[in-house]
Amino acid sequence: MKDLTFGQYLPYDSFIHKSDPRTKLLLTLGLIVTAFVSFNFYSLGLVIVFTIMAMIVSKVPISFYLRSLKSIWFFVLLTAVLNVIYIKGDNLLFSFWIIKVYAEGIEKAIFIAIRIALLIFISSMLTYTTAPTALTDAIERLLSPLMKIGIDTHMFAMMMTIAIRFIPTLIEETNKIMSAQKARGANMDSGSLLSRVKAIIPILIPLLISSVRRAKELADAMECRCYHGGKGRTRMNSLKASWRDAVCTLSAGLLLAGVILLNVFL
Amino acid sequence: MILQTENLNYVYSEKTPFEKTAVKNVNIGIGENDFIGLIGHTGSGKSTLVQHLNGLLKPTSGKIYFEGKNIFDKDYDLNALRFKVGLVFQYPEYQLFDETVEKDIAFGPRNMGLSEEEISQRVEEAAHIVGLKPELLSKSPFDLSGGEKRRAAIAGVIAMRPRVLILDEPTAGLDPVGRNRILEMLKNYRQEHNTTVILVSHSMEDVAQVADKALVMNKGEVFMYDTVEKVFSHGEELEKIGLNVPYVTKIFAKLRANGVYVPTDVFTLDKAEKVLLKLLKREGKE
Ligand SMILES: Nc1ncnc2c1ncn2[C@@H]1O[C@H](COP(=O)(O)OP(=O)(O)OP(=O)(O)O)[C@@H](O)[C@H]1O
Ligand SMILES: [Mg+2]
Repeated sequence: MKDLTFGQYLPYDSFIHKSDPRTKLLLTLGLIVTAFVSFNFYSLGLVIVFTIMAMIVSKVPISFYLRSLKSIWFFVLLTAVLNVIYIKGDNLLFSFWIIKVYAEGIEKAIFIAIRIALLIFISSMLTYTTAPTALTDAIERLLSPLMKIGIDTHMFAMMMTIAIRFIPTLIEETNKIMSAQKARGANMDSGSLLSRVKAIIPILIPLLISSVRRAKELADAMECRCYHGGKGRTRMNSLKASWRDAVCTLSAGLLLAGVILLNVFL
Repeated sequence: MILQTENLNYVYSEKTPFEKTAVKNVNIGIGENDFIGLIGHTGSGKSTLVQHLNGLLKPTSGKIYFEGKNIFDKDYDLNALRFKVGLVFQYPEYQLFDETVEKDIAFGPRNMGLSEEEISQRVEEAAHIVGLKPELLSKSPFDLSGGEKRRAAIAGVIAMRPRVLILDEPTAGLDPVGRNRILEMLKNYRQEHNTTVILVSHSMEDVAQVADKALVMNKGEVFMYDTVEKVFSHGEELEKIGLNVPYVTKIFAKLRANGVYVPTDVFTLDKAEKVLLKLLKREGKE
């Protein structure tokens, strides 16, 4: 757990942190769609400004957002390069060997790169500002109409909550077992492919065994507290929309309107 | 000095909201053949500190020397160090993985690249030291009892014949019999094999029973580092940081305060019994 990156909740105290997770989830999806339907530099610029403002409001240090980009910068670069090479247009800028670079290609590449970066920033903003349990709660509530057609959304959400809850535990456990085996001279970073695969066994087996043990313990603990699925279950913290959600929705609505106008008239 | 630390600091999740200084400015020297009890409240940084001593954790700042050499120098062989400074983790039974107890104990020696003959000799010896019956060696480690698993895991480190043996709470979660067996085993092992032992614990009784020196940690810092006798004579200060000296030591301190002449180095029931019997005999004669 040395490097916190993409997908980690950061408990700061901000306007966005306090908003309803349902609103945040829907607006995140909305914002991403908006970013992908901004067809010219003006509308995309508006989305960029909006996202940067939201990032500042979230009180999460900008360095965290940049860090979330670190793991995929190569992918962004690759997509951009492919666009530069493959997109054909009317304005040939230069060519060498079999590669022809058009102005349209460069423009397209810049658009794609900015959109992917925005996608990462926006979705990191959701996970940075929303506790995982609140997020699954929101998903359960948003999916609850599906209950009517016989899909057990509660079970789905519970499974997700448990899975998310145990990710940090599992990482911690893996680190501990790795350290313990390293203390006995296990070498995991060098050697042939075969020896590296073999080196995984002393980590994988204890991890599997402890996961099964944990699962059993958790099932017992849930049964002892009379867990019997979602039927008739009430909530301790029910989700309530507030003025914050109105503000969020309104500003997102204004953004969308602005983007459409800029798309059409410029 | 076999191990030394210099201004050791360690910070978890640096530069995030979860930032936590676990080890703060630690300067200690560990002598050859010392038996050190490392005590401290939960979260005082004991486990973090010992993971530096075999180079598993790299300090945020500060240095660690093994036999006078800086272990984080570029050309220092950290892997070889891990065989010389053996570390048994907290709840080591969860690291067992191989088909048989024998193979599991052999994991360390095999990583050292020893010959099969040497390996089996060491496995046998280590199993004997920790008191595992030979017939258990061919069983699956997952079929052992909790206490046996713990001893098998300790044997896995002892089989590397480390110069320094560090054990992180080896008695946690064991019953008094299991606890006693491990402590006595460590005491004998250290005497017979001339090794340095560091025992991490938050039980003063454990430390009193086996260690010569006590290193007390509080909130990541070294609070006291001296002989067990001297450390235990500061009962009140220890209580302030949430640690209790053994009950017998407390009672004997009260006796002394009331004018009964008793020595200051009574930490265990055995010793108390001997001292009191002697005292009664003397009074009988007078
Ligand atoms: N992997 C980690 N990530 C972040 N913080 C950690 C991690 N491990 C330990 N800490 C924190 O560092 C501090 C010292 O922990 P450490 O495990 O060294 O204490 P300890 O003295 O061994 O405690 P215990 O007696 O409970 O084993 C604690 O406050 C703990 O919360
Ligand atoms: Mg510990």
